[in-house]
Amino acid sequence: MKRILLAGALLAMATGAMAQARSAAEGIAEYRKMLEDGNPAELYEAKGEALWKQKRGPKNASLEQCDLGKGAGVVKGVFVELPRWFGDTKKVEDLESRLVSCMAMLQGLDAAEIAKTPFGRGEQANVTALATWIASESRGMRFNLPQSHPKERLSYELGKRAFFYRGGSHDFACASCHAEDGKRIRLQELPNLTRNPGDGIGFAAWPAYRVSNGQMWSMQLRLNDCFRQQRFPYPGFGSDATIALGTYMGVNAKGAASIAPAIKR
Amino acid sequence: MQTRRDLLSHSARVAGLLAAAGLLPSLALAQGGGWNKAAFDAKTLAEALKALGAGAPAESKDVTITGPDIAENGAVVPIGAATTAPGARRLLVLVEKNPSALAAMFELSDAVEASVSTRVKMGQSSNVYAVAVMGDGKVLYAQKEVKVTLGGCGG
Amino acid sequence: MADPMRIRAQAAGDKTTVRVLMSHEMETGQRKDAAGKTIPAWFIQEVTAQHNGKTVLTAQWGPAVSKNPFMQFVVRGAKAGDKISVTWVDNRGEKRTDEATVA
Repeated sequence: MKRILLAGALLAMATGAMAQARSAAEGIAEYRKMLEDGNPAELYEAKGEALWKQKRGPKNASLEQCDLGKGAGVVKGVFVELPRWFGDTKKVEDLESRLVSCMAMLQGLDAAEIAKTPFGRGEQANVTALATWIASESRGMRFNLPQSHPKERLSYELGKRAFFYRGGSHDFACASCHAEDGKRIRLQELPNLTRNPGDGIGFAAWPAYRVSNGQMWSMQLRLNDCFRQQRFPYPGFGSDATIALGTYMGVNAKGAASIAPAIKR
Repeated sequence: MQTRRDLLSHSARVAGLLAAAGLLPSLALAQGGGWNKAAFDAKTLAEALKALGAGAPAESKDVTITGPDIAENGAVVPIGAATTAPGARRLLVLVEKNPSALAAMFELSDAVEASVSTRVKMGQSSNVYAVAVMGDGKVLYAQKEVKVTLGGCGG
Repeated sequence: MADPMRIRAQAAGDKTTVRVLMSHEMETGQRKDAAGKTIPAWFIQEVTAQHNGKTVLTAQWGPAVSKNPFMQFVVRGAKAGDKISVTWVDNRGEKRTDEATVA
């Protein structure tokens, strides 16, 4: 009888603790919902749209002729099909590296210089604003990266290798955090990026405005910070490795709806 | 004219008369040095209300404060302040444990509802107050505890 | 020149909900930079909202209002086509006014 009572008490305590943990998760979900309307990312969207149309650079041209994968000037739907192969640059490019290619080709801006510029400064800040707007033009659409070109398939395979590559002082890989279901660090859920993690999760949630530092984070910056947390050097803006990781995540997320630009902690 | 005069703080009374005569284009300009530094330096709800020349506050079901139970990040906490009691002149949002308690003060005209929302920074888990200062001098408030967590890496 | 605000004004019967997103650092003056120097306070102090040129709401803010501030209020008696304008003035004396049409 005593043992049953004890077991009952322990069960009650355990369910109590579980109920608390559940309500904390619900509380966080409610908090995130409250911030959805009036996402400061909208300020960056507006800026990006203006930059797209503005004549700039040595060639004094706008970006309106830029081909982001669906034809010159087409902005709707391109975000959910990147990275992809581009015949003019003969490379697989992600959104940001493609924007820089267009800024160089159409406006005469210096691509190498932009790649070296820290995030949030100068032209790099403009790239982020442009990427935020372009992403917003595909909101709600489902990821459908092309894999028809051999280089696109190669990019996927390279991305997979990079994803599982362990290195750095802590021997971390992307996979250390993102290759299993149900993992989290403190209150942040870690999506499983080896498969489709669901609508608006992982690859489908960036660019995002981070309230903790009031910054607009593009996917390249998100990757930069992941490498920093892995105690591993960032492979560089628009590098093959970062583009390949985007291809890997994007192809795995096929069918997931994009909520970018999102709002994050 | 009555409405405009209500909206001006005591220290800007002269500017208020000018505004009533239509000589100043907007209230923000009329206030000029009207930002109430004492109120924004106040450490407690009581001090802030004193700096605003308002009386002692009474908790009231006629005032509602909306906000999350738990904020993932204290940098951005959405808070709404509203009252159904007629004749509200001001709505204030205060965070008890912030270095300065008063976060925001809204001056209402008859052309707006007594309901505002904004987002505030919270240094730590704390009580948050929505205060309504009525036209007859009464001060009503509602409070809510908001927990603030620090999120982990990523996300 | 500060970046533009995003103002959305949606009429529903007699009530028009106005949502404003402003672009501003809202620096508290309590943070220190990498060299240990205090970053000076820089924040919006006064906000004015007008409906068809008539002031309907003013606000005084402290640095505890979040960066890239959001504000929502409800105007009575506005209808589609009316103008809502919002002005902010910060502690450096910089200001910005933007306008939107009620939808």
